[in-house]
Amino acid sequence: MAAILVYAELSQGKVTSTSLELVTKARDLGDVYAVALGAGAKAAAATLGKHGAKVVHVNEDKVFDDYIAEPATDAVASLYEKEKPDLILFGFTPDSREVAGRLAARLGVGLISNASDVAAKDGGFLARVPYFGGAKMASMKANATPAIVLVRPKSFEASEAGGAAEVKQLDLAVADGSKRAHVIERVAEASEKVKLEDARVVISGGRGMGGPQNFPLLEDLAGALGGAVGASRAVVDAGWVPYSMQVGQTGKSVRPGVYIAVGISGAMQHTVGMKTSKVIIAINKDAEAPIMKMADLGVVGDALKIVPALTAAVKKKKNG
Amino acid sequence: MKIVVTVKQVPDPSSTLTLETDNTISREKEVVLDPGDECGVEEGLQLKEAHGGEVVLVSLGPERAKDAIRKGLSMGADRGVLISDPSLAGADALLTARVLAAAIKQEEPDLVICATESYDGSTGMVPPMLAELLGIPQLTFAKKVEIDGSTVKVHRQTADGYQVVEASTPALISVTAAIAEPRYASLKGIMAARSKEIKQVTASELGIEKSEPAETIEGVVDAETRKAGEVIEDDGTAVDRIVQVLVTAKVI
Repeated sequence: MAAILVYAELSQGKVTSTSLELVTKARDLGDVYAVALGAGAKAAAATLGKHGAKVVHVNEDKVFDDYIAEPATDAVASLYEKEKPDLILFGFTPDSREVAGRLAARLGVGLISNASDVAAKDGGFLARVPYFGGAKMASMKANATPAIVLVRPKSFEASEAGGAAEVKQLDLAVADGSKRAHVIERVAEASEKVKLEDARVVISGGRGMGGPQNFPLLEDLAGALGGAVGASRAVVDAGWVPYSMQVGQTGKSVRPGVYIAVGISGAMQHTVGMKTSKVIIAINKDAEAPIMKMADLGVVGDALKIVPALTAAVKKKKNG
Repeated sequence: MKIVVTVKQVPDPSSTLTLETDNTISREKEVVLDPGDECGVEEGLQLKEAHGGEVVLVSLGPERAKDAIRKGLSMGADRGVLISDPSLAGADALLTARVLAAAIKQEEPDLVICATESYDGSTGMVPPMLAELLGIPQLTFAKKVEIDGSTVKVHRQTADGYQVVEASTPALISVTAAIAEPRYASLKGIMAARSKEIKQVTASELGIEKSEPAETIEGVVDAETRKAGEVIEDDGTAVDRIVQVLVTAKVI
C-alpha cells in the first residue's frame, strides 16, 4: 500500500474542512497518515482519525501558529525523512501552499498545484488540474518522489469512516532561524455569521450590483435564506468588498446547495470556484452573459429590483 | 533599499488562449506584463519613492519577454534582468524558482516582491519556493506593506480577515491585486525606458541545469461544463419562479 501523508491545516485551533476532504480522498489512495501542527492538534487528530487517518503526527507548539510557513516546513520535512510517504497532499489554501512550496524547494522536488482530483495509477499518482483558465482539464502524472499535490478546497466531500487514529508526538525543536515571519496580530474582517465555504446557500454579487452601497441587498437575502454573501474578483479588486468574500480561482471554492450569482457575468476565473454547486441561479441584465449558459435558472432583469422582491417573498414564504 | 520585483510575460487576459500541440499554453499571441506583476512593480516603486533605493525587474522568458520588462521600466523601475534560454522553455515552478533565485542572489536585494500567482500558470508556488531557495522569510498575500528600517510589516490576507506579519529584511513579499493600483506609464517614462539597461543571461551563466519537470501532461480534455437551464425575462413573475427553485432545492 502506498503511504499518503495529509498536511492537516488548523484554523484557530480547529482542523479545516479542506483537510477532512483530503483525508477522505486519501483513503482511496493508500494508508492515510496526517500531520497536525499548532494549538488544537491533538483534538484535530481525533477528527482526522474518524475520517480515515491511521496515524496522526502532532505537535502543539505555538511556534506553528506564530510564524508563517517555516516551522511547519521544518516539521513536515523531518517527518518526511522518517516516514518517507509516497504522496504528500496539501489543500490549495494560502497557509498550506506556502508550506508546500517551501517543502518542495527544500526537498528539491517539483509539485502539482491547484488540482481538483488525484488518483493512483501504475504505482504513481495522477492529478487532474483545471487548465487554461478552467476551460480544460489536464491529467498530470507526478514525476517526483515524493509526489506532492495541492488540491483545491471542495474538490471532494468529506465523510467519516468510523476509525480512530493513533496519535504520535512529532518531536521537533524549531530552530530560531525558522522563526522569522512573525504573526503579531490577527484581525477578523468578515461579518461571517455563516461561513462562506460551508453555507448551503451562497449569494454572490458582481459589477452588476452597481456599487458597494447595494451589497446590503444581498446581505438581506442571505439573512432570509440563512446563507452567506460572496463576490466576484472584479468587485474585490475594485475595493467594494473584502477579499474574504471572493469566490473563484484566486478566492474561495464553494459547493452550496444553491448558488445565486447576481450581476456576475461568469468569467472562468469566477466559475471555477462555484461550478460544482448543486443548483445555480443567475440574475443578470445581459441574457448573453456566460453565467446564463451554466445556470439552472437564468433571470434576465434588474438585480436591484429582483433581489429585494425575492427577499420579501422568501420571508413571506417562511413565515406563511 | 534594493528591491527586486519578479515579472512575467503572459498571454493577454483579454485575448483567447490557445494550446500548442504539446498541450502547453501558446505564448505566441498577444502577450503582456502579467497584471498581477504590474501591482508588484507599482508597490516596488512606491516603496522606493518612500525609502529611496533601486527597483530591479527580474524575469524568466524568451527574448521578447523584454517587452514585459520594458513595460515595468516605463512605469519607473530602474533596470531589468532577463534570463532567457531555450533549454528553459516550459520550466515548471521549481525550475523557474531555481533560475530566478540564482539571478536574484547576484543582486543581493533587501526585498523581493512577487505577485501571489501568475495569471497563466496559477500554481502560486514560485513565491514560497523562491523564499526557501534564497533562505529568506516570506510575507505573503500582502495587501499592505510598511517598512521601518530593516523591519518589514505586511497585512496578510486570510480567509476571514488579515494578519499583521513582521520580519527583518532581506525578505520576500507576495502581493495581491489589492496592494496598489498600477500607474500608467507616462510618455516621459516610456521614452526613458528605452535607454534603461536590460541585462540578458543564460541558464548556464547562472549555473542552472534543467531538472526533470514535476509533472508530465498525459492529456487535456475540455472541462465538464454545466448545461444551460431555463432562461426567463423578468416580467414581474421571476421572483415566484426563483422561490419555486429554492423550494425544490429544499433551502426554504
